[in-house]
Amino acid sequence: MKDNMYLVEAKDVVKYFPLQFGLFKRKAADIKAVDKVSFGIKSGETLGLVGESGCGKTTTGRCILRLYDLTAGNIYFDGEDITILGGERLRRIRRDMQLIFQDPYASLDPRMSVGDIIGEPLLVHNLVKGKEYKEQAKEMMKLVELDANMSDRYPHEFSGGQRQRIGIARALSTRPKFIVCDEPVSALDVSIQAQIIKLLTRLKEELSLTYLFIAHDLSVVRYISDRVAVMYLGKIVEITHSAELYAKPLHPYTQALLSAVPIPNPEVDRQRTRILLVGDVPSPLFPPRGCHFHTRCQCAIAECREKEPQLRNLGNEHWVSCHVV
Amino acid sequence: MTETVLEIKDLRTYFYIREGELRAVDGLSYTIKKGEFVALVGESACGKSVSALSIMRLIPNPPGIIVGGEIIFDGKDLLKQSEEEMRAIRGNRIAMVFQEPMTSLNPVLTVGRQLAESLELHRGFDKESALGEAVKFLKLVGIPDAERRVNQYPYQFSGGMQQRIMIAMALTCEPALLIADEPTTSVDVTVQAQLMELINNLRSEFGMAVLLITHNLGVVARYADHVVVMYAGRLMESASTDDIYSNPRHPYTMGLIASVPRLDLPRDRSIHVISGLPPDLTRLPKNICPFAPRCQFKDHRCTELRPELEQVGDGHYAACFRHNEIQSLVEHEK
Repeated sequence: MKDNMYLVEAKDVVKYFPLQFGLFKRKAADIKAVDKVSFGIKSGETLGLVGESGCGKTTTGRCILRLYDLTAGNIYFDGEDITILGGERLRRIRRDMQLIFQDPYASLDPRMSVGDIIGEPLLVHNLVKGKEYKEQAKEMMKLVELDANMSDRYPHEFSGGQRQRIGIARALSTRPKFIVCDEPVSALDVSIQAQIIKLLTRLKEELSLTYLFIAHDLSVVRYISDRVAVMYLGKIVEITHSAELYAKPLHPYTQALLSAVPIPNPEVDRQRTRILLVGDVPSPLFPPRGCHFHTRCQCAIAECREKEPQLRNLGNEHWVSCHVV
Repeated sequence: MTETVLEIKDLRTYFYIREGELRAVDGLSYTIKKGEFVALVGESACGKSVSALSIMRLIPNPPGIIVGGEIIFDGKDLLKQSEEEMRAIRGNRIAMVFQEPMTSLNPVLTVGRQLAESLELHRGFDKESALGEAVKFLKLVGIPDAERRVNQYPYQFSGGMQQRIMIAMALTCEPALLIADEPTTSVDVTVQAQLMELINNLRSEFGMAVLLITHNLGVVARYADHVVVMYAGRLMESASTDDIYSNPRHPYTMGLIASVPRLDLPRDRSIHVISGLPPDLTRLPKNICPFAPRCQFKDHRCTELRPELEQVGDGHYAACFRHNEIQSLVEHEK
């Protein structure tokens, strides 16, 4: 496959955070948040990125948006290598890639009116003159099904679901092509969560958007994604089409993760086999040798402790990194 | 019939705030039998946590007052107990586990010290033997290397481990009832599975009843015997877990179940969306169905009268005027 088929591509992306200590901030070790992650997202596609807390999924999302500088690897956007882009050219690209945050309470400035919050990116990118942004902000509010007459109100006057709509409207205001949705529904109630998922799906169709959808809830990710990547301790362990992954998970970690999600129907749930993982996720400071998952894996063999598995294509674009499969 | 551990009758907890009277819990009734696993389900601010705090008599006053109802535990009405009598019950006969283990544990005391406290207070252990007993409880909840870790501080444990410690603390006095308020909301699914298995196993081991407060309908389906659904402070529906999922009789319960994306159903199935927002409790008219503004099956009665809880089946109750026709209405809708 040629590179230019993807709107966004990550190639061997590595992001280490130095752990410093002492008076002179000596570097003690590296936190290996993202360790050689590669994937591509085609235009109009939604890639789901799942994994537990601390697996590096948010860091991956931020690396792609160039909010972090990479330790190694490359990011391509629209065919262009943006890994070391800076200044005006980076600003130009940023118009096309936006971020929706998890916590609609923490991510909106409480002192700004909703209209200003939504319109601010337009001013930052010099897309409008003067007060024009106010009109555009109102348009955006209608787009996300908010009452445009409420543009002079402040975030605290809105409920959690409405605030998330404000966050979405702000992300959309510069008419981006690509949006990283970082756990956009995990802070919301079930009935509101369904509303926001529907909204994101509709917007994607209407504005032909491309999403990287980061979440820990596998049922939500399945609903919205075309393809899904599963991360564990900074690495992608399995990546394939959504239907394939959920019907035929191959990596032992994916299998355990899926079996841990209870199904809201007692009859169906009783018939499922459950794999209960023991222990916690090891520290990304000192990840286990060999396969990162071998310490909790039921299928681990001697090789898993020694040699690090690589992603292999097992047909039908189903990539798994496991020695046993 | 198995004996009843807790019986709540028409509980009403109101808050008096600047905006007016807020009926956080308005006429809640249910019972929990010995060893039973009951789930109290509802969205944020539906009054589920306030009802649990009412059982423990931990409602801050002012602004909150339990204005009416009965909470019968061990044959006594908890609402009539003195503060001193309540102290002998709290953490002893009824224990509680909260959502955020990090904010519930004391950061400057070792976990052993915190576990030993209730052993000394309620079970007459001296300082030294209490610490030994604490190690036993840490082992019980699956904390490896308990002898060493008993002397560590909360920050040295992961979120899942901290929640295990909270559960150990709750168990120290072998309570008859464990109230778990969203115990797995802040942890990952694999840890959630570990914690729920732990609570469920301990329930059979100790023969205690569990009241789980949650919004996760998957966890409810997997573990609960009985489900109580709340909305805007009111009881909407109460039934056995199998009945609630296979034969829900309240449109809110139906909507809630249908709005969860599911792993087992076809991916292109469109999820149900309950339109609108939960009501502002200070402005909600007292004598209508609180769900009526968002209900697609409402008729004139729903906005004029308050539906009372009616028995609709064996141990199955619903507060809806149209509970008899609701199933056929949904079929018709499809």
